[in-house]
This record gives sequence, structure tokens and C-alpha cells, in this order.
Amino acid sequence: MHVPDGFINAPVSAATGVVAAGALALSLRGARRELDERTAPLAGLVAAFIFAVQMLNFPVAAGTSGHLLGGALAAILVGPFTGVLCVSVVLLMQGILFADGGLTALGVNITDMAIVTTVVSYAVFRTLVKVLPRGRRSVTVASFAAALLSVPAAAVAFTLIYAVGGTTDVALSKVATAMVGVHVLIGIGEAVITALTVGAVIAVRPDLVHGARGLQQRLKLRVNGELVDAPGAAPAPARTSHRKVWITGLVTSLVLAGFVSFYASASPDGLEKVAKDKGIDTRTKAHASEDSPLAGYGVKDVSDARLSGGLAGVIGVGVTIVAGSGVFWALRRRRSADTSPASVPEGV
Amino acid sequence: MGAGHAHRLYRHADSPVHALPPHTKLAATLAFVVVVVSTPREAMWAFALYAVLLATVARQARVPAGVLLRRLLIEIPFVAFAVLMPFVAEGERVDVFGLSLSVDGLWGAWNVLAKGTLGVAASVLLASTTGLRELLLGLQRLKLPPLLVQIASFMIRYGDVITDEMRRMRIARESRGFEAAGVRHWGVLAKSAGALFIRSYERGERVHLAMVSRGYAGSMPVIDEVTASRAQWSYALALPFAALAVCLLGWTL
Amino acid sequence: MDAVTPSAPSLEVSGLAFAYPDGHQALFGVDFSIGRGERVALLGPNGAGKTTLVLHLNGILTGGAGTVTVAGLPVGKRHMAEIRRRVGIVFQDPDDQLFMPTVREDVAFGPAAAGMKGAELEERVATALERVGMEAFADRPPHHLSFGQRRRVAVATVLAMEPEILVLDEPSSNLDPASRRELADILRSLDVTVLMVTHDLPYALELCPRSLVLSDGVIAADGGTADVLSDEELMRTHRLELPFGFDPRSVTMGA
Repeated sequence: MHVPDGFINAPVSAATGVVAAGALALSLRGARRELDERTAPLAGLVAAFIFAVQMLNFPVAAGTSGHLLGGALAAILVGPFTGVLCVSVVLLMQGILFADGGLTALGVNITDMAIVTTVVSYAVFRTLVKVLPRGRRSVTVASFAAALLSVPAAAVAFTLIYAVGGTTDVALSKVATAMVGVHVLIGIGEAVITALTVGAVIAVRPDLVHGARGLQQRLKLRVNGELVDAPGAAPAPARTSHRKVWITGLVTSLVLAGFVSFYASASPDGLEKVAKDKGIDTRTKAHASEDSPLAGYGVKDVSDARLSGGLAGVIGVGVTIVAGSGVFWALRRRRSADTSPASVPEGV
Repeated sequence: MGAGHAHRLYRHADSPVHALPPHTKLAATLAFVVVVVSTPREAMWAFALYAVLLATVARQARVPAGVLLRRLLIEIPFVAFAVLMPFVAEGERVDVFGLSLSVDGLWGAWNVLAKGTLGVAASVLLASTTGLRELLLGLQRLKLPPLLVQIASFMIRYGDVITDEMRRMRIARESRGFEAAGVRHWGVLAKSAGALFIRSYERGERVHLAMVSRGYAGSMPVIDEVTASRAQWSYALALPFAALAVCLLGWTL
Repeated sequence: MDAVTPSAPSLEVSGLAFAYPDGHQALFGVDFSIGRGERVALLGPNGAGKTTLVLHLNGILTGGAGTVTVAGLPVGKRHMAEIRRRVGIVFQDPDDQLFMPTVREDVAFGPAAAGMKGAELEERVATALERVGMEAFADRPPHHLSFGQRRRVAVATVLAMEPEILVLDEPSSNLDPASRRELADILRSLDVTVLMVTHDLPYALELCPRSLVLSDGVIAADGGTADVLSDEELMRTHRLELPFGFDPRSVTMGA
């Protein structure tokens, strides 16, 4: 979904360009913390890897196939800052070398596909890894959830950018529905592939998975220290056994939330419909100036009601997801004390 | 994709456009696209003039029209999107061949198609007249953060190497009778991707060792610098300035 | 090489022991010395600690016991830049070594990192490429070269730093016989000290009058290459095998 030139108006393109530049500056600093002076070669090689892996086709059915976007994978494997850098460099090169994504839309593309995916997926990943019991399976589960959310999150971000600076007046609810809906589906594929790939790396070189570093050091000590067993490093016993149930619930709720909101938003709800009816007559006059570099915000006044209607859809998806996971998290916390481990089914 | 792709996009020729310093070309392309994007979509003739400007550059650069047009194919997903716009957009509607289309949507489709196509064409012209190495030097000269340029440069250097490793892994899979046919084979493919990551990362570590062994201490020595004369700058910037004139006309007329 | 004490050997390793952070010990007290201008082969089975040893020579790995001295200069934090200039390591995979976009820039990397620029740098690059017969390829990207050509450029990248000692990790691996011979000719023509880590025993015999056998983290043998290769007992104990039909006693040595 590389955005071409002319899709988003000039001022908003410029604004996202500033956002992207700021985030890149931050990431450059952060990456040095993650990789010290090895940043250039390692991030370069990881960028090349992301580039290559985007070409690896995962057949779905009947001749169709999908491929990895890689934001979540990069964030989990090499950390959020390096991840942002790698994906941004891939986007930059795709823009300059292959005309894939407009040059003026570079800011939009980087904000959307490099920054939002990476940050969202890493935040989800770290939270889950902290909450879940230590172990490989948790890392896989956390990767799944992180990648699953990262793709629709990018779609939401795109919708927001479009709401402010879109050059064509398409009802935001439609943009949101199409973008988020399609991307929830893409997200599922992304999630499965990312989780499997992270799982494959963790099985062979657990030390390479940035997101699981704290976790693996302890395991490693236990494996290698035949004489000197790592004593104090073992995780608190109370935090372990019940987590699988709750993470299963958490992930299921996330998936469900995604699906439910997808289908729910396919039929416009009352608020949106009213807004749409109102919007039609007030619209037309704004057109002449709409494409001027300064008109981006004008559209908003006219279609305020509709904008809120569209946003409601977008926010709805987010709220459902957050609320769903929040409820399960809260439940997990309260109940984890009295759930018996014997009744616990295996994780995903 | 990787560097291999870029090589296919680059067309070697001896033209004044090829000879321009890369940073002037990068700046000119970017400025041109910015101007195009800022043009009001109602000024349809302006976009025709932009196309003529690009055609002139292509002629100067000896990039055949066929090549240029074929490379515009990358835009197809957005053409599909643009075609949808008149149906889904809001506002006043007009009947065309019995279909009720949105006026705003038609304008939007035109807007995206015209600006997107011009943007792609400009980028393609840049890529087909500028080698990979030069592009990196140009980015360096345009004061992109050095670390970012280094990452890009390593990515380009190793893009082929890693793509090649991936191809070998696929051949190895297929020689053992594996044919990825559906979702149930994702595990195997993901294992390959995981292995590819490990190989890439380990290669990164080895490259770092090789660099350190030759005196690398955190910053790359600047070996090549590109410079541009005033004449070269004005030659390169002729395109965006001509476009700017058209754009201003578009706003006033 | 002004700071070099004339009598000091190119490389002196004494009592070198090293364990990786995970507890795996790779070197158990390695002692040897290589005089100036010598060409020495370092032989040993897989896992003998050869790579670990090589990484100690220019201070990439440190922190174990023992010392490494390069032309009188101890390897340590204080002289790291100078040590890395003096010890030129050619790694096994030339793709790891050639990380710059063009051959010329790659060869220039070492001297440029040491602060050299302008005409002097150009000349250094030209000389190094000439010594390996690759001057015609200066502006090519490395991945457009054949494997043998890449290996030669890798040697040039190190020669450009005018090292005291050239360390080659498996120089003949993946080379076809012609490239293998061309590389041998180049190595013979150089007037630097060479330490060559290899499994290719005939190649060691061809190029290096002296051989060290590293096994289980210690030097198990040190002597004339022909003698080492002819000692069947020694060879068997350290998992070294000559290619079928190859008899070191029947080879007449040129050098």
C-alpha cells in the first residue's frame, strides 16, 4: 500500500514528512543504543533481509499469495528503533529506485508503514512478553498479537492522515471500513508468518531476538551452567502457570474484536447515515479550492459531522480491541490466584 | 527486488541527463513532484504541459518512450483504486452511460491518476539515468544523515547476496520435493525466513568484524564526494522551474 | 613501518588462552612466533580454535590470558588502530570483506579510515589493485565479480593498508584450480609475512615452508610443512587428511 503522489495534499504530505524526519532522527539515536557502533552494517543487512523477505511469497489458496510487510518482524527481531530505520530505508529505496510510492508521499509512507507498525507492534509485544510467562511460546504468541495489530493500526493511521489531507472526498467511514477491514485480513496473514518466523529464529539463535533478550538470558544461564545454576534469576513462581489461559483469551478477544468491528462497520450505522445525508448539500461549494495547498483543513469544517461519523468507526475498532484486552487482562489479574493449573488448556 | 531490480531500471547511456551530478537530479525530481502535487486539479492543461516537460527530459536522457511507459505499470494498483473513486465518493452526482458517478470522485480519480503518473514517471526517469552508487552519493550530498546513507548502502550492497541466498534455499526446498501450495506450508516458508534472518544478521556481524579489522571506529570515511557546478545546477533545475511557471499559471488562470 | 624494532618477529603469541562468555573454552595456552617475511600455514581440524586465534591477532577478541605482539607492539586497547593497520585479515567469505559499493572504495576504506585522502589514497588503491591484478575492475561493484576475483580484491583491501602480516582464512576455499593457482602466484609475489589458516594441505605445502598444527586449543606441532604432512601418526591424531593419491614426499618444492 505504497501511497503515490497526489493522494494526500501538499501541506499534509509536508507535515507527515516532518513527523517522519523527527522519528528517524530519534531512531538514529536509539539505534545506536540498540546496536552501538555495529548499527550501520547490522541495520543495513536487516534492511536487505526485509527487502528480500517481502519477495518471499506465501501461497494462500488458488494461486493467490501474500507476502510479509515486515514492520512487526523487524521491531521484534532488532528492536523498535532499528526496526524503524530498516523499514524506512527500504521505503526510501523503493521510492527512489523503483518509483514505488511517491516521493512527496514518502513522509506518509514512512509514518504509516515504518513508524506506526513498528511502534504499535513493539509496544504490544513488550507488554505481552511482560505479562506472559517466560518462554518461547509466549514470545511466539506475543509476536502473533503484535503483528496482527500492527497492520490494521497502519490502516487506521492512514485513514487519519486521509481524513486531514485526502484529496478526494470519500466518506471516511468508507475509507476506514475498506482500509481497516482489508488490513485486518492482511494482519492475520502477517501475524501467522511473523509468529512462525520469530519462532524459527528463537529456536536456533534465541539471543538474536531483541524483544526477548531479557527473557533469554535467564534461560541461557540455566542451560549452560551445569555447575553454577543461575539461582536468583528464576522468575517469580506465582506469575507463571495461569498465564496461558489468559493469553489465549486475550488473543481470541483481539481477533474477535477485529472481526466484529470489521463486519459491524461494513454496514453504516445511524450516526454516519445522518451525517452523510447532511453532508451532501453542504459539500459542493468547497470543491474549487479544495485542492489548494491550504484547503486541507477546510474540508473538515464542512463535513464535521461526517468526519466524526467516520472517526467513530475507526475509534470503535480501536476501543473494542483495547477494551477487550483490558477486560481480559483485568480478569486475568484477579483470577490468576484461584484458577487451578490442572484445568488450564494449552495456549494457542 | 534488491539491487538487481535497480539494475534493470537503470539504463546506461551517454546523455547530458546521465552526466548530471546525482544530487542535482534528486533535488530537481523532488522539486518537480512537489510542484505537480501543488497544482490545482482543475487545470487539466497544466498536467499535459508537465507531461510534455517530462517527455522532453526523457528525450534528452535518451530513455525510449516504450521503456518509460512499461515502467509506469507499477502504478496499476492505484489505477484500480482511482477507478473506484467515482463510485464511492460523496457529493453531487452525474450520470455517465447510465451510471451514477460522483463529480468529486471523478475529479479525485483524475487528480490521483494525473499526479501519481507524473510522479512515477519522474522517479522512473531519475532511476533510469542515475546509477545506484550515484544515488547514494547524491543522498549523502543532500545531507541525509550519514548513518541512514550507510544503512541504505549496506542494504544495496547485500540485497543481491541475500536474495541469492533466498533463491538457493528455495531451490534446496524444491529439490527435496517441497512445493509450497497453501497455508499449511507456511511453517516451512517461515523457517526459511527465520534462517534467512539469522544468516543476514550473522553476515552483518561478520561484515562488522571485517570493517573493524580495517580500522572502522564508528564513522565511515568519506571517499567520494560529488560536486555540481552552477551550470549543472541550472540545467537540472530547469525542469522544476518550468513546472513552477506552469503551476503558477494554473493558479492564476 | 618505522616504529618496528628490526629484530622483533612479525608476530609473537605466548600463553594465549581464551574462553567465550558462555563458558566454552577455545584456546588453552597457544605459543608461537613468526619471523619477518615468513610464510606459515596454520593447520587444524574443524573446531580446533583457528578462527578464535585469528580474531585475537588484531584484538577483536581480547580478555583471555596471554599476550599477542605484532612487530614488537602488544595488542591492546592502547595501540588498537595501529595494530589493525599492521595485521591484515582476509576473511573466508569475500562478500563479508567487500562491503563497499565499488571495488575502488572498498580498497580505499582501510587507508581512508586511517585518515589518508586525495592523490596519496588514489595511488595506494591503484598499487594494491595492481598487486593482485585487478586494476581494471576498480569501478565495478563487488557482486559483479567472480568468486576468485572477489577473493583477490579482498586481498587487495588488506594490502592497501600495507600490513606487517597478512592473515588469510581459508584462502583457497571455493576457488577453481585456475583461480587457486593465480592466488598462489599473487601470494608468492608479496613480500609480507603471511599466516595462512587452511584445510587445503597441498596448498599449504605449495606456499608455506613452515606449518603449525592447532588442535584442541594448543599448538600440537610446529615444523617444516613437508615434515608435518609426512608424519602419519601426527596427521591421524589431529584429524588431518591428505587428498587421495597425494604424497608430500614426492612433491618437489619450488620455494
